[in-house]
Amino acid sequence: MIDMAAAYNRYKFLGYEFLTWIWYTLEHEPEKLTDADHNEIDLKIGNRLVLENRTNNNIESITIKGDDPGLEEGLLALKKGAFVTEMELFLQEGDFQWQFSIKGESLNMSGIKTPATGPIEQKDDIEGAVLEKIFLLEKPVSLLDTLYEKFIKAKISPGWNQDTAHKIKKWITP
Amino acid sequence: MGLLTSSISITRYKVNGELQTPIKESIYNGLRKNLIQDIDKQPIDRVIGWTSFENPYIPDFQEESLFFGSHIIFSLRIDKKTLPTKLIKKFVAIETAKLLKQSGREFLSTNEKKTIREEVIDRLNQGIPATPNIYDVIWNYEEKTLWFLSNLKAANEELETLFLKSFDLTILRLFPYTGAYFMKTLSDSEKDLLTNVASTQFSE
Repeated sequence: MIDMAAAYNRYKFLGYEFLTWIWYTLEHEPEKLTDADHNEIDLKIGNRLVLENRTNNNIESITIKGDDPGLEEGLLALKKGAFVTEMELFLQEGDFQWQFSIKGESLNMSGIKTPATGPIEQKDDIEGAVLEKIFLLEKPVSLLDTLYEKFIKAKISPGWNQDTAHKIKKWITP
Repeated sequence: MGLLTSSISITRYKVNGELQTPIKESIYNGLRKNLIQDIDKQPIDRVIGWTSFENPYIPDFQEESLFFGSHIIFSLRIDKKTLPTKLIKKFVAIETAKLLKQSGREFLSTNEKKTIREEVIDRLNQGIPATPNIYDVIWNYEEKTLWFLSNLKAANEELETLFLKSFDLTILRLFPYTGAYFMKTLSDSEKDLLTNVASTQFSE
């Protein structure tokens, strides 16, 4: 186990590549995105995608936002060498929807919106609402873990360069 | 109660080590030892401590408001007083003029100026209430995981320090490397591969 602060900076790229991998997989191999119980999931990119391009000590940041935004500009940025730094995702399950953002460098989750919990009308309702909220939050957290595990297993596999990375490169530069 | 708000941020941690038994008592003791203190009407400008999830302004750790199923829920509170610079400048100028008049001098020494400034800040701090910032902590003791409901770097650093001080347990933030390293399904040889993994350039 290496030093924490050094590891944070040294392996940020894993988070950026993970988000790029999610985007590619959503577009081309969505059947690979399953939850912890191997069920297919209804996941799509949300209303915000942030990319960053670092060339010659300059940092160019590209934010694509809006309802159902076109991601062509993002793909163009990837082609120019940018990487995905932040991504909002929508997860749908029946009538329920979760919305959340993942930051690549930290894997922090923000803006998590879960389906509504029952109303709190008296003190006794708090425990139920708290447990329900934790249960609802575990959904995107567990999904992030499952997807990240799939990505890491692919990334450290001997076939990464010939298989997954090759496909992503072909997608970015056909 | 940040947990019950409509939009939530989570920073995730792995908890290292185990508490002394009885566990509930260790948790109560850890929380009470570093309970948030009231700094209103005091010259202190900042204080950090634990508070209760349901009653963050009147902290009181009751079993029913601390243990929820397999989760332990409490909050980190950071109270801070922020003095406007212009206000400090005004009172420093007034006090400086007073001292110059009393002493009959035209200038004050650097030390005198520093003392005046410190006294002014202390006095003003006694007159303003601290603004509380509350961040919920959800600790799953069995799973050794902890969610901190904030992504703010400073708040996370305070959490890490206070948690260690209170429970004598370290918490490790889960980011791309640690998130992978602590995966239950990663073998030792895969951990070695992870440590040596290099970035991929996807563009030509």
